[in-house]
Amino acid sequence: MSEATPTLDTPLSSAGVERLQQLSSTLAVKPRTLLGDAWRRFRKHRLAMLGVALLAFLTLTVTIGAPLYIDRFARISAEEGAPLLQQNPTLRDATDHLNFIAILAPPSANHPFGTDDLGRDLFVRALYGGRISLAVGFTAMLIAITLGSVVGAVSGFFGGTVDQILMRITDLFLSLPGIPLILLTVYLFRDPVIKAMGSPEAGIFVIVVTVIGGLAWMQTARVVRASFLSLKQKEFVEAATALGVSRASIMFRHILPNAMSPIIVAATLEIGTAIITESTLSFLGVGFPADTPTWGRLVTDGSQYLQGAPWLALIPGFLIFITVLSINFVGDGLRDALDPRSRL
Amino acid sequence: MNHKRLWSWLPVFAALALLLAACGGAPPAQAPQATEAPAAQATEAPAPTAAPAATEAPAATEAPAPTAAPAATEAPAAAEPGGKLTILYWQAITILNPHLASGTKDYDGATLILEPLARFSETDELVPYLATEIPTVENGGIAEDNTSITWKLVETNWSDGTPFTADDVVFTWQYCSTPETACTNASNLEPIETVEAVDPQTVRITWKEPNPNPYISFVGPLGMILQKAQFENCIGAAAISDAACQAANLAPIGTGPYKLTELRPGDTALYERNPEYRNADSVFFDEVEIKGGGDAASAARAVCETQEVDYAWNIQVPKAVLEPILASGNCDPVAGGSFGVERIVVNFSNPDPALGDQRSEPDQPHPFLTDPAVRQAINLAIDRQAIVDQLYGPTGYPTCNVLVVPAQVNSPNTTCDRNVEEANRLLDEAGYTLNGAVREKDGVRLVVDFQTSINTLRQGEQAIVKANLAEIGIQVNVKAIDAAVFFSGDPGNPDTLNKFYADLQMYTNGPDSTDSQAYLSSWQCSEVNSSANQWNGNNDGRYCNPEYDALFAEYAAEFDQARRAELAIQLNDILVNDVAIIPLVNRVTPQVKLKNLEGPTYSTFDSVLWNIQEWRRVP
Amino acid sequence: MGQYVVRRLLIAIPTLLITSLVIFAILALAPGDPLAQFALNPAVPEEVRERIREQLGLNQPWPVRYVKWLQQVSQGNFGISFNTKAPVLDLIGQRLPQTLQVVGLAYLIAVLIAIPIGIISAVKQYSLFDQIATFFSFVGFSVPSFFTGLVLMLVFAINLGWFPIVYSSTLKVTDWDSFWQQIRQMVLPISVLVVQQTAALTRFMRSSMLDNLTLDYVRTAKAKGLTDRLVVMRHVVTNSLIPVVTLIALGIPTIFAGAIITENLYRVNGLGQLLITSINNSDTPVVMALTFIFAILTVIFNLIADVLYGVLDPRVRYS
Repeated sequence: MSEATPTLDTPLSSAGVERLQQLSSTLAVKPRTLLGDAWRRFRKHRLAMLGVALLAFLTLTVTIGAPLYIDRFARISAEEGAPLLQQNPTLRDATDHLNFIAILAPPSANHPFGTDDLGRDLFVRALYGGRISLAVGFTAMLIAITLGSVVGAVSGFFGGTVDQILMRITDLFLSLPGIPLILLTVYLFRDPVIKAMGSPEAGIFVIVVTVIGGLAWMQTARVVRASFLSLKQKEFVEAATALGVSRASIMFRHILPNAMSPIIVAATLEIGTAIITESTLSFLGVGFPADTPTWGRLVTDGSQYLQGAPWLALIPGFLIFITVLSINFVGDGLRDALDPRSRL
Repeated sequence: MNHKRLWSWLPVFAALALLLAACGGAPPAQAPQATEAPAAQATEAPAPTAAPAATEAPAATEAPAPTAAPAATEAPAAAEPGGKLTILYWQAITILNPHLASGTKDYDGATLILEPLARFSETDELVPYLATEIPTVENGGIAEDNTSITWKLVETNWSDGTPFTADDVVFTWQYCSTPETACTNASNLEPIETVEAVDPQTVRITWKEPNPNPYISFVGPLGMILQKAQFENCIGAAAISDAACQAANLAPIGTGPYKLTELRPGDTALYERNPEYRNADSVFFDEVEIKGGGDAASAARAVCETQEVDYAWNIQVPKAVLEPILASGNCDPVAGGSFGVERIVVNFSNPDPALGDQRSEPDQPHPFLTDPAVRQAINLAIDRQAIVDQLYGPTGYPTCNVLVVPAQVNSPNTTCDRNVEEANRLLDEAGYTLNGAVREKDGVRLVVDFQTSINTLRQGEQAIVKANLAEIGIQVNVKAIDAAVFFSGDPGNPDTLNKFYADLQMYTNGPDSTDSQAYLSSWQCSEVNSSANQWNGNNDGRYCNPEYDALFAEYAAEFDQARRAELAIQLNDILVNDVAIIPLVNRVTPQVKLKNLEGPTYSTFDSVLWNIQEWRRVP
Repeated sequence: MGQYVVRRLLIAIPTLLITSLVIFAILALAPGDPLAQFALNPAVPEEVRERIREQLGLNQPWPVRYVKWLQQVSQGNFGISFNTKAPVLDLIGQRLPQTLQVVGLAYLIAVLIAIPIGIISAVKQYSLFDQIATFFSFVGFSVPSFFTGLVLMLVFAINLGWFPIVYSSTLKVTDWDSFWQQIRQMVLPISVLVVQQTAALTRFMRSSMLDNLTLDYVRTAKAKGLTDRLVVMRHVVTNSLIPVVTLIALGIPTIFAGAIITENLYRVNGLGQLLITSINNSDTPVVMALTFIFAILTVIFNLIADVLYGVLDPRVRYS
C-alpha cells in the first residue's frame, strides 16, 4: 500500500503538479522523495548500519587487506624455519605453503586462525577463500532472488495460463535430481563457458554461480507468488489499475515492495546456502579446483578435525555466520526503511 | 500479562523438558556399557603362537606388524560363547550372491554364508575350506602338465540340511560360464575347459591350455560355491529377471558358519548361527549384524569411543583424524598386507587440449614427460615419507615398488629416497632453466596438470606433491574429480582415468590374485589406451617399452613358481627404474576392533572376514 | 473450486510426463557409469562389463529405455535396481519407515516449534526473546548440517555418552526398553534436522507477521476494542500464514527425499541415503523412481498449498 498512497492522495491536475514543482524548486529544502526517506530511515536503523559495516569490513579485509599480510606471513614462515620458496609470493602461493613445523597449531600471534594438518595457515587461506566465497554468495543470491522474484511476480500477478506454465516449470525444477543435473550441466557447458569467458577462473565462477543460483530460485518464486496472489486483490492495486497505471509499474513499483519481507528472508537464507553449496560443488569436482580454500570448503574439510583441532571448522563457520547475520541485519533495515508506516 | 509471558516461553520449556528427559534416561541405558568396561583391561596376552610372516612381508621399510597374532589361540580364560557380533561397514551390502556382486562389501557379506574351495590367509597362503586339502603337484592334485586340477571335497551340509556335493561346484561353473548370467567373476572361470564331478566328493577342473595359476577358479572371494538346488533355474537372463532368483540373490543358502536371517539391501544384514555348519560347535557368536552406511571416521568412533560396535571395516582417514580416535585405548587397529599401491601415473602422451581429438592419443608424445630426466626428477623430488607421516600414519608405508604382494615378489632392488639437489641437477643438465619460478626449455614450460579422485587424503597428497615439485621449478595445477566419474571408464567423459587428459594422475591399484600376471600385463604396448580401443586398454599412462614386453612374454610362458617370482621382480624394476609410474604408498586398509574381540586379521587377497568362524570374545 | 482442483489434476499428468522425460534424460546423459565399480578390477574385463551392461539393458539408446520404463511404470513396476538386482519398490518400502520416523517427525517438530517462535519474535520484535531466537536461527542456517551433526555427535554421544551414533533400522519396538532405545537413537538425527528447519521457518513466520502487524486492519481491530491477543491470534496469524503455508507444503515432499547428510552421518539409512548411494553408483532405476515419486508429491502438495490460500484468504480467486 505504501507507494500507492501518494498516487491516491494527489487530486491535483497536471498544471497543479507543475506549480507545486515550481514552488518546491524555489524552496532551498530538497524535496522528500520516497528513496530519500528510505535512506534516512535505513541510516537510523542501528543493526542495519552494523551489518553494512561488518560486510564492508569483511570485503575490504579480503581484498585490500590480504596483500598487506603476505609480508608478515613470509617473515613468520622464515622465522619458523619453513621459508616460502617464491621471491615475491602471491596470496595464492601463501595459501599453498606447507609448514610441517607448525602442524595443527592452535590460533596464536603467528597464526591468528591456527594451521591445518599440513601446517597451512588458516588465516591466509580464509583471506583468499573469502574473496571467492563472498563473491559467489552474493552473486548466486542475486541470481536466485531476481529469478525467483520475477517468476513469482509474473505468475502471481497474471495468473491463468502464464501462472500454470511458470508454476509447472517451477515444479519441474523442484523435482530434478540435483547432483546428476549439476554434473551434467557442468559437463556440457564447462568448456564453452571457459572459452567464452577467456580464463578458467572466470569461467568456473560463472558456472558455479549460475548453477547455484539457477537451482535455488524455486522457493522464492513460490513465496513471492503467494504474496502476489493475496496482494493483487488489495484496494490499492484496484485503485492503481483504475488510474491506468501500467501493469509492469503496478507489479514492480506497487506490489513488489509490499512483498519484500519474504524476499529479504529468502535472500539471507540463500547467501549462506550458496557459500556452503559452493563447497558441495567442489566435492563433486565441478567447482573451483580442489585446493582452492573457500570458506565452505574449509568448514567441510575442517569438520573432520573437530575433535583435535576445532578451530579449523569453527573459524570459517563463524565467518559464514557473520556474513549471513550481516545480510540479515541489512535486510531487516531495508524492510523497515521501505515501509512508510515504520516508526523509524 | 503474566499469562502471555508464560505462554511465550512455552517452547523453551518444552525444549528444556526434552533435554532433561534425555539426560534423565541416560544412566540405565549406559549400564551395559559399564559392565563391559572391565573387559577392556584384558591386555593382549603375549601370543605364544608365532606371529605370522607379516613382519617380513609388505613394505619396503620395516613395518612393525601391527596386529596381534591371528586366531587359533586357545585363550586362557574364554568368555561364554554366544551373544551378538556387530560389524560396521561404511559401504552397505546390496546383494549376497557374490557372482553378481559389485564390491568388497558384498563379497564380505557373502563370506559368512558361502564358502569357496579354499581361501587366502593373512600370509597369502591357501587354507582349505570346502576342500580337504590344497591340491599340489606333489600330492597329485595338479597334473604334471598343468592341464588339470583335482579337488577333494569335505563332507558337509548346506544350511537347509541337504548334502554339499561335487555337483554344486559343477553347477556354479555352469551358472557363471553362461554369458547371459553376466557373472562378475567370469574371467576367473575363463581358462576352464570343463568341470566334472568325478565322484560326489571329488571335482576335476580341466584347463583349455596348461595353466600357470591353477588356483584361479573357486578360490577366494570370487570363487564361492552356490547351491545347485537353489539356483538351478537361475542360469542366464533369469538370474536377475526371475522373482525367485531375485530373492535367492539376496538370501543364498550356504555351507558357512552363519545363515542369513534378514537382509535390508544397502543397510543391514543379520545372520544367525548355522547349526548345519561342520564345525558349528566352535563358532562363538550366536548372531552377527553387519550394518552399512555412514563414513569411515564415525565408524572408527563407534568402535573406539562409544564402543557400540565390535569391529569397523576400512577406516582409511587422515592420520590427524584417526589418531585421537585410536587414543581412546578401547580398540586395536588391525592392518597388514596390501590394499594396493597408491601411485602417480605419468602420461607419455600429450594431453594438450589444443590437439582436439588427437589429445592423449599414443602417437602424440608428451612434450617433456617422455624425457627420462624430468620423470626421474619428479620421482626424486616427491616426499613419500612426508605423505606417510602427515597423512597416512599407521595406514600406509612408503614404497618404491608397484608390485608389493605377495611378499616373495616385492622387489628388494629399488630405492626412492628423496633428493631435491639431485633432481635439480638432472633438470639443469637436461637443459631446463628457471624462468621465474618455473623451469622451461625451448619455450616448453614445466607446468603439469595433476588429477585424482575426490578424497581428503588424496587432496592432502596433491598439496604435498605440489609443494615438492615447486622446489624443483615444476608448477602443478591440481584437479580433483568425482570418484564416480574418474573411475567410470565412460568413453564419452573427458575426466576418466582411462582417457587421462592430464599430465599426472594418482590412484590406488594392486593385483587381485597371488599370481601377478594379470596385474603386470597392463604395462604392455598392446594394452595402451587410445580412442581405437575406446580408451579401455589397461595402460592408462601409455607406457610402451619393447624390453618390458619381451620380458613379460618370457614371464607368461614360465611355469616354475620361483622363476616367475624372479621375473615379476624384474618387470617391477623396469617400471620403477624407468619411472613409468611413481609408486608412493603401500596402503594397508586398517580395520579397528574392540580389545575384547579376538580373531580379526587381514587378508590381501581375500575378505577381511575370511576367518569369521574363529572370531571370539575374550574377557 | 472443485472444478479448479480437477483441472489442476488434469494438467498434472502432462507435467509429470515431461518431468519424467527430463529426469530420465538427465540421468542417462549425466556422467557416471553403474559399472564404474569394476573400472580398476582386472578380474572384470571389458567383455564381462559389456555382458553386464546388456543384462541391465544399458546397451539400448536412452529414448528406447525411457519408453520401456514408462510402460513398466504404467503397470506399477519401477524396475529392478542395478545394484541389488531386486525390485526398486521393495527397496523404497524398506526405507520408508525410517525416513518417516526420523525426517517426518523432525519436520513436524520443526513446524510446531517454528510457528510460535516466529509469532512471539514478531509481536515482541527486538525483545530479548527475539534476539535469542534470531541468534539461534542464524546459527541454524549458516552452519551446514554435517557440522551441526558432528558437533552433536561429539558432545552428546562421544563425550557424554547419552545417545548412540549408529541408528539400528532393525530394532523392533516390543517393550518399554526397546521403545526407549528407539527414542534414544532418534534424538540426535532429529535434533540436527529440527535445528535446520526451524531456523528457516521461524524467519519466514516472523517476517510475515511483522508485515501484517503494521497493517490498517490491525489498527482498526484494536480501535474496535479487541484485545491484543485476540487480534494477533485471530487475524494477524491467519494472514501471516499464507506465505508460510506454501513453504510448509513445499517442505512435505522433501521429507520423502530424505535428509541425505544427516541420514548418512547417523546411518539412519532411509530414503535420503538410498538416493545418494544410488546416485553415486549410477543406479538409475532407483534414482528415477525416487525422483519421480518426489515429483508427484511436489505437484500434489503445490495444489494443496494453492487450495489453502483460498481457505486462509477468501479474496484469492482461482482462475
